[in-house]
Amino acid sequence: MSVKEIFESMDYGPAPEDASEAFAWLVDQGSSFGHFIDGAFTEGRDDFKAMNPANGEILAELTQANAEEVDATIEAARRAQTRWARMGGAARARHLYALARGLQKHARLFAVLETLDNGKPIRESRDIDIPLVQRHFYYHAGMAQLMAEELPDRAPLGVCGQVIPWNFPLLMLAWKVAPALAMGNTVVLKPAEQTTLTALLFADLCRRVGLPKGVVNIVTGDGAVGEMIVAHEGIDKVAFTGSTEVGRIIRRATAGQGKALSLELGGKSPYIVFEDADLDSAVEGLVDAIWFNQGQVCCAGSRLLVQEGIAEAFHTKLKARMAQLRIGSPLDKCIDVGAMIDAAQLEHVRGMVDGCDAGEVFRVNAQMPAEGSFYPPTLITGLAPSHELMQEEIFGPVLVSTTFRTPGEAVQLANNTRYGLAASVWTENISRALDVAPKLAAGVVWINGTNMFDAAAGFGGVRESGFGREGGWEGLRAYTKPDGRVRKLERIEPNTGEEGPEDGLDRTAKLYIGGKQARPDGGYTRGVFNPRGKRLGEVPIANRKDIRNAVEAARGAAGWSGTTGHLRAQILYYIAENLEARADEFAARIDAMKGGRQGKKEVAASVSRLFTCAAWADKFDGQAHGVPIRGVALAMKEPVGVIGAFCPDESPLLGLATVMGAAMAMGNRAVLIASEPYPLSATDLYQVLDTSDVPGGVVNLLTGAHEELAPHLAGHMDVDAVWSFSSSDISKVIEAESATNLKRTWVNNGHARDWDASNMRDFLEAATEVKNIWVPYGD
Amino acid sequence: MVVKDKDQTLLPQALEQRNPGMALDLDWVGAAQANRSAIERRAATLPGRRSVKKEYQAAWLCRAVSCIDLTTLAGDDTAGRVRRLAAKARQPVRADILDALGMQGLTVGAVCVYHDMIAPAVAALEGSNIPVAAVSTGFPAGLSPFHLRVQEIEESVKAGAREIDIVISRRHVLTGDWQALYDEMREFRAACGEAHVKAILATGELGTLRNVAKASLVCMMAGADFIKTSTGKESVNATLPVSLVMIRAIRDYHTRTGVKVGYKPAGGISKAKDALTYLALIKEELGDAWLSPHLFRFGASSLLGDIERQLEHHVTGRYSASYRHAAG
Repeated sequence: MSVKEIFESMDYGPAPEDASEAFAWLVDQGSSFGHFIDGAFTEGRDDFKAMNPANGEILAELTQANAEEVDATIEAARRAQTRWARMGGAARARHLYALARGLQKHARLFAVLETLDNGKPIRESRDIDIPLVQRHFYYHAGMAQLMAEELPDRAPLGVCGQVIPWNFPLLMLAWKVAPALAMGNTVVLKPAEQTTLTALLFADLCRRVGLPKGVVNIVTGDGAVGEMIVAHEGIDKVAFTGSTEVGRIIRRATAGQGKALSLELGGKSPYIVFEDADLDSAVEGLVDAIWFNQGQVCCAGSRLLVQEGIAEAFHTKLKARMAQLRIGSPLDKCIDVGAMIDAAQLEHVRGMVDGCDAGEVFRVNAQMPAEGSFYPPTLITGLAPSHELMQEEIFGPVLVSTTFRTPGEAVQLANNTRYGLAASVWTENISRALDVAPKLAAGVVWINGTNMFDAAAGFGGVRESGFGREGGWEGLRAYTKPDGRVRKLERIEPNTGEEGPEDGLDRTAKLYIGGKQARPDGGYTRGVFNPRGKRLGEVPIANRKDIRNAVEAARGAAGWSGTTGHLRAQILYYIAENLEARADEFAARIDAMKGGRQGKKEVAASVSRLFTCAAWADKFDGQAHGVPIRGVALAMKEPVGVIGAFCPDESPLLGLATVMGAAMAMGNRAVLIASEPYPLSATDLYQVLDTSDVPGGVVNLLTGAHEELAPHLAGHMDVDAVWSFSSSDISKVIEAESATNLKRTWVNNGHARDWDASNMRDFLEAATEVKNIWVPYGD
Repeated sequence: MVVKDKDQTLLPQALEQRNPGMALDLDWVGAAQANRSAIERRAATLPGRRSVKKEYQAAWLCRAVSCIDLTTLAGDDTAGRVRRLAAKARQPVRADILDALGMQGLTVGAVCVYHDMIAPAVAALEGSNIPVAAVSTGFPAGLSPFHLRVQEIEESVKAGAREIDIVISRRHVLTGDWQALYDEMREFRAACGEAHVKAILATGELGTLRNVAKASLVCMMAGADFIKTSTGKESVNATLPVSLVMIRAIRDYHTRTGVKVGYKPAGGISKAKDALTYLALIKEELGDAWLSPHLFRFGASSLLGDIERQLEHHVTGRYSASYRHAAG
């Protein structure tokens, strides 16, 4: 076209990014890649191909790892780990800094290669992915530097097996590798088979900047390789980002192996627009929410909730905006929507939308490329919350929409999902925004924004969106463990004895559910004996229905989570006060059950522990992260919700007081299973609770066999976390059953804990979720 | 004055229905919102989203030239200075470059001067179809007696200005007196007669983007043909975020009334690359219809020089120097 013609039409024309440097790098490597093990590339095989999803072009030949290669990789990582940890944070910081610099110096090469391999627009890889990658390495270089000073009681986990998805290949690598390395771990990372190349370019960079051999290892291949890594006994920690379905499989596969696990899974994140929002900006936000990376974003704002009165106007504006979206070659600097990852994903999205028989489907009448895996931006309005497309993750450029009437209803609809990754709230009313944000079941909330990320603010979800955080101080917990030796915990069998009468008037111990004493559903009890076989009393044998009732009571006591820390402290102090008033009785009971004369000491320690919990109730503060926007990311500590816990057998009162105190202090409701051999301290305690103004349902106490109850508590879909300090071997069944709703687990794996030591921070962190609320501002 | 010559295509009123205005709708004004952070994000990412290259870039730059209100608003303006400017307006880009581009006959959108310079400007532009715009109403502060401001408009129209750039009373915005702003704008519009009126909001003095949105709406309701960011004399002049707020207001006004109001960013746009970003912003947010001098103008004095150098670079493949292009 002539200049004159373009002058008339004012079309954009092509603006291609030059990909020759990226192709030159591939050719230099022989267009064939092996794995990166112990600082060197192995010989490549032609097991599968790297393909450009925008045009089907083959980019390189890649190698599917076999079991020997996986073994060799994990061994290399193991060999390297001790020295890497011992060199100290300052030395590791220098290496991370060198990686950050290298990523910056070769930024365009990384960006172009990412776009070639993944199909995302060059604008996104250039302006979003790669800068965030650099930022993560810089940030965590700092964390390595500060580790000794700021995390003196934490140690590296060891070898981390990391399996990452294809939607943000290099960014997910950075999110996994940078914190792991900073904390002194070594890694075995498997990129997704669709997007391997930037991980290999990163490996090349590791080699060039002199990262010690074996610290970063990259093995390639499909899910079978991931399975091998995840299940491998040489792995200390598994970190996975991907689908909820695979996350669930990994949770089951690693159950009982003693591995640390973090999962960053799917989402169906709500995007809430109130009538007082800046509607044009909210529309523009949707472009970044659901048409960013072709909607292949775990935290995509894929569920639009619009206040009814403005819904029509908003949809009209949205459709007009959609018409301006440009779809085409990802290497073109002037397009908004690139290619889907592959034909399979394209078909998946197409199938879901074509199968939609409700609502109204709107697609932009955009010019679509003739070849490649492209799907047009799509809006579906008028779906009921029950519709499959309102519930299931589509993972494509498809937005579904419904309306709400009140802020309360917006929250209700937003939380009507199994997921809980992210949420956006659009309103110009700060009171409304800051009221709604804490009520949303999500790990990240963006106010008047969307898809904002930074290394300084943790990212991760609740519910079936997974657990663990990536980024921020809160993310380091996923790559460290408490420093120190572990001791084996021996199983404590209940005392046995003859079925004689107990001393004094019969006292009928019951279960304590919803603030009331309850007889066990099954109608059975068992005797509790002292070490010499003398009968001390009887306790109910709880079954799964008692668990059900207790969880229901705990769920119903939601008001506790909304109380102030000050009030919770008052009640914990009150419990301590009432316990101390009956100290002699509790001490005598402990001595009677366990033998010896440690009861008095344990009661005193329990009173003190409750004081500690009360002290923390209003002091375990969140943070205001310094993110690089004009605004703030508020890392708010929220209660996990309903926590089920198997209390320690060996420490019947102090253990219970610690678990209960921590859970209550942070605003959780608890279903506590008493020490199995020594349950009478718990059944005595509910009288103390009754006199201490503890609202019904906040604490529920059950007695029974831990092995019997573990699968039911861990499998209950309405429980948010399960802890076990039991001496029964139930860690595995808890982790396996927790996969049902991906609840958080904290199990002892047969290791003992020193209950006399306070270590409150472990409990407080387990009892809270960090929610990052991003609040950009400006008038 | 009455425009009869249909060939005078640079004149907005010849091509589009003029904005008749409407009753002041305070509910609409009250509901206007503008979230600065979100607006700035859109403005910051736009240049990365849209880029035009090679002959497309050359064509877009030519379009930018056609939308320039070539301006001189200095205390030392003279008839001679204005004649030079008018000559530049007729031949904004060297003839050999326009020949190479096939863009012979390209002119700027208008020449913009103070009242006393209207006569020499009109004389110098005789036969060119390039209109003369005059800043008015006690520009730039707009604090002279109201009747004199109205009279100034009438004098300028009489002197041959076919476009009048008025300044609003910022105090009406800052105190939320929308009725006063509306009434003032109505009278200015009436005084303009057939000349079309650009309302300068002086956005750098309005305090918030929400005020910019509200003031934009009120001026359009009162019949402004164009809304314009700045006098060029405020400490902050045209910015992309302010532009976004104003053109979104224009879009809303068009959606509700069917009337297209024009937009003029002024001050601070001096680079060819910035001009391309502005054109992309207009194309994205308002659509192609606005990419034309009858609905879009740059108020700029030094922008043209940079565009000339870029166009020569396009033609020759060599970076250019400013002395190779004629002064205005």
